[in-house]
Amino acid sequence: MPQPWLEARCLDYAYANGPLVVRQVSLTAMPGSMTAVIGANGSGKSTLIRMLAGLFMPLAGTILLDGVPLKNWQPRLRARQIAYVPQSTAAAFPFQALDIVLSGRTPYTPRFRFEGAHDAEKALEALDAAGAAHLARRCFTSLSGGERQMVILARALAQEPKLLLLDEPSSSLDLKHRADLIRTLARLRETQNLSVIMITHDLQLTGSFDQLLALRRGEIAAAGTPDEVLRDHLLREVYGDPNVRTQRAGDQTLVWVDL
Amino acid sequence: MTAAAPLPMPVGARIAKALAVLTLVLLASVAIGLALGSQRIHTASLFSDSFSHTLFFRLRLPRVLMGLVIGASLAVTGGALQALFRNPLADPYTLGVSGGGALGASIAIALGWSARIAGIPLVFAASFAGAMLAVSLVRTIARTGAVMLPGALLLSGVVVNLISAAGVLTIQYLTDPTSALRILRWLIGSLDVVGLDPIWRMLLVLAPAWLALLAFSRQLNLLAIDEETAATLGVNVRRCETIVHALCALIVGVTVSAGGAIGFVGLIVPHAVRLMFGEDLRIVLPGSLLLGAAFLILADTLARTALAPNELPVGAITGLLGGPVFLWLLRRRQQYSAM
Repeated sequence: MPQPWLEARCLDYAYANGPLVVRQVSLTAMPGSMTAVIGANGSGKSTLIRMLAGLFMPLAGTILLDGVPLKNWQPRLRARQIAYVPQSTAAAFPFQALDIVLSGRTPYTPRFRFEGAHDAEKALEALDAAGAAHLARRCFTSLSGGERQMVILARALAQEPKLLLLDEPSSSLDLKHRADLIRTLARLRETQNLSVIMITHDLQLTGSFDQLLALRRGEIAAAGTPDEVLRDHLLREVYGDPNVRTQRAGDQTLVWVDL
Repeated sequence: MTAAAPLPMPVGARIAKALAVLTLVLLASVAIGLALGSQRIHTASLFSDSFSHTLFFRLRLPRVLMGLVIGASLAVTGGALQALFRNPLADPYTLGVSGGGALGASIAIALGWSARIAGIPLVFAASFAGAMLAVSLVRTIARTGAVMLPGALLLSGVVVNLISAAGVLTIQYLTDPTSALRILRWLIGSLDVVGLDPIWRMLLVLAPAWLALLAFSRQLNLLAIDEETAATLGVNVRRCETIVHALCALIVGVTVSAGGAIGFVGLIVPHAVRLMFGEDLRIVLPGSLLLGAAFLILADTLARTALAPNELPVGAITGLLGGPVFLWLLRRRQQYSAM
């Protein structure tokens, strides 16, 4: 039995004196596994993933990365294991896309040294893997939301992480690029044993995932394989809408809402 | 087309190139600043004629060096503050840091120009305290939770400036006429200095602070891209913010207490470096240090010579140049956010 790569136990979180927005959430990601976190808006998904990324300290509970508490990891070393793709990246300055991707090499660059040719190659590879090679010389501020998302994914890949955390990466991507994203993640799982935890509202995309975690008001409403979770009655409860319908079609599950 | 994409020039080489070019620009500016003035100085008579000698070594050279030190300081803090707040319109002047420093210094001048605490001139200490207070205030107002609101940032900067200006006026009104005049003269901003001693004293504080700020270039570069991403890449965001704030307040406090509130240098110069050499803060910060020095030396040379023998306040020159640049940046920014 292999060790889980990331293990979160009974996480609680609340914003400054507010109510708990994540309550008793546990999650295990094995090496090379793909996990989707689903749930209605405001159900605590982004808060959960930020805790896993080390951005928020859980109020209670523990997160183990490779058996070691996440907070005990040196930030630089942690950044070689976990990469995080936020929902959107505001751009205040017209950085070149390639420079942004290159910033993903920081955890490998000693202090007071600069990234070298090897890092530049890694950055170009990452851009290529994210399907954004043609954007390398473009200015980040001139890119569309979807293009920015691809560049930020490339930055995360340049970190050569073992675990990739994505917060709604598909929200601003078109149909083709959504499919490309899932293919890229599946390929990286095959070639590099990458683990993925991804928040998404695109239930269609989760058919090939190993596990789904459905959150409702900060608590786990359902967890299991796509087959187990993508069911009418569960999704109606998760999204709080009685008109959610699902239908199996081959390997895929179609989900829609009767209007 | 993807596999054959050319490798970009490594960051180290880009920095070396930028700094080489800007060092030449600075040397040229120093030469121009030393050569031009309301009084002509002949190089030949520099050591034979005691008038020329005094003029050059007691007045002209110190003044050029003062421009160098203050210009470098304001520009490098401007670049750092822009990255820290992820706001291209930030600079010591627009964020009220200079204003806070000016208020602190005015209080100190009213209390007694030459007062010292433990050997440190009271004006320095008070100006630093004022700048620190302003930067903390602006930061507290603009930051709600994890988000820095760009509009709130600049508005709080404006308000801090207005409050400081009102404070300075009140002090001028209440204090004796000599101090009031001294405050007024100093507020206008001038690089007037006699002898080199004041400059060495400033550099004693400023040079280490510059180096410390440059040591944060990499972290600031990551912060300029995105705060959360910087944190996941291993930057301790809170610690970095606190230290950079304190360094900026220290640098601005010292420069304001010595040269008054000279505006917009910290705004124009980092953007000029960006336009020339790209966005990387590891180029922008040291580049701003060099170009800021060159810029203020040239602006001051213009101030000294344009209406010679009368002298324009150098703050007026930088303001006249900087105001339009600010407006241009504001317009460009609106174009991005409209996308």
